[in-house]
Amino acid sequence: MSFDDWMLALHVIAAFAYVAGIVLFWVLIVAVRKTDTPEGTIRMEPIVKVGNVAVGLGAAGTIALGILLAFRLDSYAIWDGWIIAALVLWAVAGGIGQRTGAEYVKGMTKAKELEASGHTGPSTELLAINRTSAGVLLHTLGSITVLLILLDMIFKPGA
Amino acid sequence: MNTLGLLAVVRPDRWNFPLFLHVLGAMILVGGLLTGVGLLAFSRGDVRFLRLGYWTLLAVSLPGWILMRAGGEWIASREGWTKSGVPSPTWLDIGFLLADVGGLVLLVSLIVGGVGVYRLREGKGAGLLRATLVLAFLLLAAYVVAVWAMAGKPS
Repeated sequence: MSFDDWMLALHVIAAFAYVAGIVLFWVLIVAVRKTDTPEGTIRMEPIVKVGNVAVGLGAAGTIALGILLAFRLDSYAIWDGWIIAALVLWAVAGGIGQRTGAEYVKGMTKAKELEASGHTGPSTELLAINRTSAGVLLHTLGSITVLLILLDMIFKPGA
Repeated sequence: MNTLGLLAVVRPDRWNFPLFLHVLGAMILVGGLLTGVGLLAFSRGDVRFLRLGYWTLLAVSLPGWILMRAGGEWIASREGWTKSGVPSPTWLDIGFLLADVGGLVLLVSLIVGGVGVYRLREGKGAGLLRATLVLAFLLLAAYVVAVWAMAGKPS
């Protein structure tokens, strides 16, 4: 395998990590909708960290190695329409992802506040925060954006 | 022009959709495995997490595997690798081997996990779900190797 083959393989593995993180957060979004206790919410924190690492490494790996490949491969140029589209979509997905994270951090913060104040039982307020419709909408938009990147990478419109 | 660039340029458009389905299925599969492994590993005996981990493997990874495998067969057929007498490249052999053996291991892990979830209802231990965790973790590692082989296409 050449250096470029390795870079492509790592680029694709990074893309898998990115999508795996998104899938993980979908499962947690479904799970947290039935979670009304501080303990149940806080217990999700280690899994959230796994998702954050997957998305972080995936996002960084795809962009860094993608740009490297665009410069190294003769058949592609960084100003190709489909590559520019991918860069824009990547930035959009990142922005949406940050907002999604902020929505769901509210539930975690509230759970920690409740626990610190000695409230361990079910809380309707916590449940309402965990069931954030804005968070679901943002994660849907983020997922669609990443799906568009995948379509763009495979179909390479205009290439 | 290097081989990698040439291959990307000459891939016919009619290969794209099956390739998309194959890759999307594989991504869902890996996502389900990562989530299932994460939930089972961090459950610390919490029944809710153990169940969620198992159901993630069943409801996310299994459909992902089916889509990946069907898409893989379709794209391999479109590329002409499934015709009799046509020698298949190493990367494709690795991919098919890991997909098929992995599918079998996934099935075993789901059966074992299913019994484990049933035993949880009976108030028994989570030993079988720990076995599911180990199998799912091994599968995750194997599929990362498969992704490397399919993307990097060694020899």
